[in-house]
Amino acid sequence: MTTEVAPPEKKEEEPKRETFISLFLQNLWSANTVTVTFLSIFLALVIGAVLIVISDSQVLSYFEYFTSRPSDALNASWDLISQAYADLFKGAIFDPAAFQAWFDGTGTWQAAFGPISETLTYAAPLVFTGLSVAIAFRGGLFNIGGQGQAVIGCVTGGVVGFAVGLPVGLHLLVALLAGFLGGALWGFLPGLLKARTGAHEVITTIMLNYIATLFLSWLILQNGVRDPDRTDAISKTIESSAQLPALPSPLRVHLGIVLAVVATAVVAWLLNKSPFGFELRAVGVNPPAAKTAGMSVAKTYTLLMVIAGGLAGLGGAVQVLGTADKLTAQVAGNIGFDGLLVALLGRNKPWGTLLAAILYGALRAGGNLMQVDAGISLELVTVLQALIVIFIAAPALVKAIFQLRAARSARLGTTMAKGW
Amino acid sequence: MRGITKRFGDLVANDHIDITVEPGEVHALLGENGAGKSTLMNQLYGLLQPDEGEILVDGEKKVFRSPRDAIAAGIGMVHQHFMLVPVFTVAENIALGAEEVRGGPLGFLDRRRNRKDVLETSQRYGLPVDPDALVENLPVGAQQRVEIVKALTRDVDLLILDEPTAVLTPQETDELLAVMRSLAETGKSIVFITHKLREVKAIADRITVIRRGRTVGTATPDTSEDELAALMVGRDVSLEVAKEPAQPQGEVLEVAGLIVDDDRGVRAVDGVDLTVRAGEVLGIAGVQGNGQTELVEAIMGLRPARSGTIQLEGESLIGKSTKQVLRSGVGYVPEDRSLDGVVKDFSVAENLVLDMYDRPPYGSAFKLNPKAIAVNAAERVEQFDIRVSSPQSAVGNLSGGNQQKVVVAREMSRPLRLFIAAQPTRGVDVGSIEFIHKQIIHERDNGTAVLVVSSELDEVVGLADRIAVMYRGRVLAIVSPDTPREEIGLLMAGITGTNDEEDGQ
Repeated sequence: MTTEVAPPEKKEEEPKRETFISLFLQNLWSANTVTVTFLSIFLALVIGAVLIVISDSQVLSYFEYFTSRPSDALNASWDLISQAYADLFKGAIFDPAAFQAWFDGTGTWQAAFGPISETLTYAAPLVFTGLSVAIAFRGGLFNIGGQGQAVIGCVTGGVVGFAVGLPVGLHLLVALLAGFLGGALWGFLPGLLKARTGAHEVITTIMLNYIATLFLSWLILQNGVRDPDRTDAISKTIESSAQLPALPSPLRVHLGIVLAVVATAVVAWLLNKSPFGFELRAVGVNPPAAKTAGMSVAKTYTLLMVIAGGLAGLGGAVQVLGTADKLTAQVAGNIGFDGLLVALLGRNKPWGTLLAAILYGALRAGGNLMQVDAGISLELVTVLQALIVIFIAAPALVKAIFQLRAARSARLGTTMAKGW
Repeated sequence: MRGITKRFGDLVANDHIDITVEPGEVHALLGENGAGKSTLMNQLYGLLQPDEGEILVDGEKKVFRSPRDAIAAGIGMVHQHFMLVPVFTVAENIALGAEEVRGGPLGFLDRRRNRKDVLETSQRYGLPVDPDALVENLPVGAQQRVEIVKALTRDVDLLILDEPTAVLTPQETDELLAVMRSLAETGKSIVFITHKLREVKAIADRITVIRRGRTVGTATPDTSEDELAALMVGRDVSLEVAKEPAQPQGEVLEVAGLIVDDDRGVRAVDGVDLTVRAGEVLGIAGVQGNGQTELVEAIMGLRPARSGTIQLEGESLIGKSTKQVLRSGVGYVPEDRSLDGVVKDFSVAENLVLDMYDRPPYGSAFKLNPKAIAVNAAERVEQFDIRVSSPQSAVGNLSGGNQQKVVVAREMSRPLRLFIAAQPTRGVDVGSIEFIHKQIIHERDNGTAVLVVSSELDEVVGLADRIAVMYRGRVLAIVSPDTPREEIGLLMAGITGTNDEEDGQ
C-alpha cells in the first residue's frame, strides 16, 4: 500500500436552495417513527384492498377479459374496495346516514353513536392488556402472559361479581380489585421465578396461559359457578351491582373505557414521574448499571410483573363486568394476545398504546359491519391487523417502499434493532 | 490511502486524510478517542466504505466491499473489542471464516491440520497460544494473541492493531512491542492505533497524528511526549499528575482476610488485607483478571464474600446491599463504564442521579423531582466540564471521556468517606484523563479515602500514595510509588524479589 501524497481537492458543496416544500418534504421524509406507523397502516390497507378483490369471485371474473375491457374489472374492484372501507369506517366511527336520520327525527341518537360505542367497547380491555405488555417491556420483560393474566382477571372479577353480595358501588370496586389481584398473582409467579431462578418469563408466562385457560374451562362446569338453569358451559350472571355502568341499550360502551384512560394516565405517570418507573426503565435497558447504582433488579422484575399482571387482570375484569356478563370458556377472547400487538403498535408508550387499542377496536367494530354489509369476511380485519404489525416490525421495509431518507441507516440498524 | 473522507450524517469523521505505510514499517496512528483513527482503519479493512478518496495497495487501486476483500489484499486487523466466539476453542476461532476442509465436496472440518497451522504460526512469530483452550477461559492478553495469530494465519502483509495495549500489563505490552518489531523485520507492515505516547515512542518508525478527522502532523519517534500530546489535543497538556504529598488520617476502609469467588466459582480474591486511610490514594496495580474486579465488587456489595471482613470506619459492609453501601458514603466508578456505569438510553440528567433518584432533593419514594434533577444536571455539567449539547440528550451520544465525566460527577456529588475508582480513565481521551485525575486528587485532598484500581501502571504510579500489587487474588506487596517501574512490573507478573517475600502474603 504505497501511495503518493496528492493535494486533496476540496470541493465546496454548493448550498442547496431550500424551498418551503422541500423543507417540508425533508422533514416528512426524515421518517420519525410516527410516520412509519401511519405509513404501515396505509400499506396494510392497500394490501387489504388487493385481498378484498381476490377474495370476491364476482369481481375476479371481470378480470378474465381484463385486456379487452379493463374498465369493467377496475370499476367493479373500485366499487367493492370503496364499499368495504366505507363500511369499515361507518361501522367504527360514524355513519353519516344515521346522523342524518337522527337530525331528521327518523332515527335515534343511539343509532348515530352506535359505531363509536362499539369501537370503544372493543378497545377498553385492549388498553389494559396493551399497557400490561408495554410497561413490562419498558422494564425489559416480554410479558406473553397477558392472556393468562386477563383470563384469571375474568375469573376472579367474575366470581366476585356473582358469588359475593355487596352494596352497589362497593361491589363493583371489589370485583375490579379482585380482577387486578388475580392478574397480579398470575404476573407475580413468573416475576418471582425470573428474579429468583432466572427462569425466562416468555416460557413461564406461556405455560401459565394454558393453566389459566384450562382452569377457566374447568371452573365454569363446577357447581356454584355454573348457571343451574342452563345445560351448556356458562356461569351465573354477574349481579347488576357489580356491572360497569353503561350507556342505555343498544349502546354497549361502559365505564371501562374511562377506567382505561385513567389507567393510561397512571401508567404514564408511573413510568416517567415515579422512582419505580426510573428503576424499571434503568433495569429495562441496562440491568448491570441499575444493579451497580444500587437498584435491586430482582425486586424490580417481581414488582413489575405484579403490576403488568394486575393491568391485564383488570382488562379481563373490565371485559367480564362490562361487555360480557357471564363467564364462558372464551370470555377473554384474544384480548391478551391482541394486547401484545397493541403495545407494539403503540411503541410501548402509554398514550400510544391507548390510541393503538382504539384503532384495534375500530377495526374490529368496522369489520362487523363490513361482514354484514359488503359480505367480506371478518377475518380480513385480522389480516389487516397482522399486516400493520408486520410493517411496523420491519420499519426498514416501510422506509424503503416510501424511499424515506433514513432507510439506509435503518437497514444497517436492523441487526441491532431493539426489542421486538 | 489518499484523500479519504468519511461522513456520518453531519459529522465528518475523516476529512481528506492521506496516509502511506511502507513495507516493514511500524506506523503509529495517534489521536484522541473519537479523532477518527478507527474509522479510517475500518475503511482500510473494508468495514466501512469511504465517501471520497481511494485506497491503493502496492500502487494498485482497490475497493474493499468487505473485510474478505481486504484480507485477500493482504490486510488484517485486530480490533479493540475482540471478535472471538467465547465458546469456541482457540483453533476453532482462528479457523473461523477460513475453515480448512477435507473430504472434497463433503467438506469435513479438518481440525488436525487447523490445529497444526495454529501451532506453526504461533511458534514462527513467538506468540504462544494453546489451540485447545476455550477462548472464554483465556485472559484478555491471551485472547489478543489469538486475534493476532488469526490475522497472521491469513498471510497478511499489513496488520492493523486497534488500541492493542489497552488491556495488557507492562510486560505483556513489552512482549507485544517485541512481536511487532519482529513482524516488521520480516517485512510486514503494521499500523498501530493508540493514544499512549510512551508506546508510540518505543516502537513506531513514523507517527501520524489525527485530530478531529484531519491529519495534523507527522512526526518521528524522537519527538517529545509533550509535543505529541499537544499535537493530539490541540493545546498543551500536563501528563504528570500534579499533587501535594498526602496527609493521611485515620483508617477508613479495612479489608481483612477477604476471600471472594468469581462467577464460575473459582477463587478470585484469596485472602486480601488492605487498609485505605482518609486523605490518601491507595492504588491497586495488577494485570486485569487478578481479582481486582471481584475485590471491588465485594466491597460494593455486588458480589458475596466467602469469608473475611470489610469495614468502613469500623462498620461492617459484609452482607449490605449495594444501595446501603452507596448510602453509607461510598462513591464508585465501575470499571466497565458502558455496562455498569451509565444507562446509555437515559439522558445525562437521569444518569447524574442514577443512584440518588429516590432521595431528596431529587425525589422521594413515590415521586421524582424533575426540577431538582435538571438543576443538578446543569450544575454538574458546568462543574465537571461535560461537553454535551443539552443535559436532556442521551448519554450514549457522548464520547467516552464525557461519559466517564458523567459517572465521576455523579459519584462525587455527595459527601463521601470512600471513593473507589476502577479503571477511571479507560477509553478516555488525554484531555479528560487530566481532568479526571485532578478531580480524584481533589477528592483526596478533601479528606476522602480513595481506592484506585487500574491496569495502567502509569496511572497508578501517578495517582497513588501507596501501591498494592495484586497477583492471582493476593496482594503481593504494598510499595511506594517511587519504586522503580521494573520492580512493580515484575510484581504484577507474580515475581517477588527476595526483599518482598515477607510482605507477599
